[in-house]
Amino acid sequence: MAAQRSRRVSFMQGARDGTPIFLGYLSVSFAFGIMATESGLSAWIAQMISMTNLTSAGQVAGTVLMVSGASLVEIAMTTLVINLRYTLMSLSLSQKLDPGVSVWKRLLLSFGITDEIFAVAMQQSGAVGAAYLAGLIFTPYLGWAGGTFLGATAADLLPLSVRSALGIAIYGMFLAIIIPPAKAAKPIRFTVVLAVLFSCIFRFVPGLRRLSGGWVIILCAVAVSSAAALRYPVDEKEEKEEEGR
Amino acid sequence: MKTSYLLAATLVMAGVTYLLRMLPLALVKGKIRSPFIRSFLAYVPYAVLAAMTFPDILSSTASLLSAAVGLAAALVLSCRGKSLIVVALGASGAVWAAERLLAVFSML
Repeated sequence: MAAQRSRRVSFMQGARDGTPIFLGYLSVSFAFGIMATESGLSAWIAQMISMTNLTSAGQVAGTVLMVSGASLVEIAMTTLVINLRYTLMSLSLSQKLDPGVSVWKRLLLSFGITDEIFAVAMQQSGAVGAAYLAGLIFTPYLGWAGGTFLGATAADLLPLSVRSALGIAIYGMFLAIIIPPAKAAKPIRFTVVLAVLFSCIFRFVPGLRRLSGGWVIILCAVAVSSAAALRYPVDEKEEKEEEGR
Repeated sequence: MKTSYLLAATLVMAGVTYLLRMLPLALVKGKIRSPFIRSFLAYVPYAVLAAMTFPDILSSTASLLSAAVGLAAALVLSCRGKSLIVVALGASGAVWAAERLLAVFSML
């Protein structure tokens, strides 16, 4: 009974922590729903893409390829490159997840690893449990599915000005996650500044610009995290203390 | 466009994405020992989020100017340690206000 109640409390806590992601997803998937139906897909296909993929960049790129009638191999490769970062996140999360979480729960929960859910999960102090993570996936999933539905069927309801303003919400959330620890800890500041620098170089330097967004994120993450790990190795003892807090 | 193709393409996308997410979480259960890899994984979230935010945030709204206003608002709010939702909606509100102001100015 007590365990069940504490699971419910953890789930609710996760669902609450997922609310900002819900709002961000609502607006992003809204845009996806509009884009998909405007490019000629029926609303139910757009809905199915969102509900089985739960990615932003990956499914937008895949949808563009689908509409142009690309081969399944090309679609698979593009999805692989853009979403390869999830493997890195999943590996990182494997160190954060409560070791007692069973394999079949891991099989279910891993479906919901997105940039934002990963970021909020990693922000928790101590190990993350299955119930909390399930809650943290639940609300954003509703936002992702609901936003797609609204975008695919009722795009005209929201004024353009509100849609434009909501476009920045997801990035605001990212900043809220990285800025306070970057302010407090030098190694994280080093990581953030270097990653911003790298990412901007890839975007603005001619030639490098042709690299897809998926590759840029992977290259930035690997290069910058390696540099930070070499320069500021994380002390295991320190980490334990942090978890104890 | 054939429905069977669209369904197959959707499943291919979903399958690839799921495998990428599932394999490490299902296979790596113990703590990784290597100090380098542990440190590396500790920094990954910050590197990924920073690289995803910049420079994309500047093209996330209707104009560069309103995005810059939103970015400034998000930086100020997050520096003060405000919660995720306050920063996210604060940035959106700043963008909305900036775009209304720009619209007024362009009418003058």
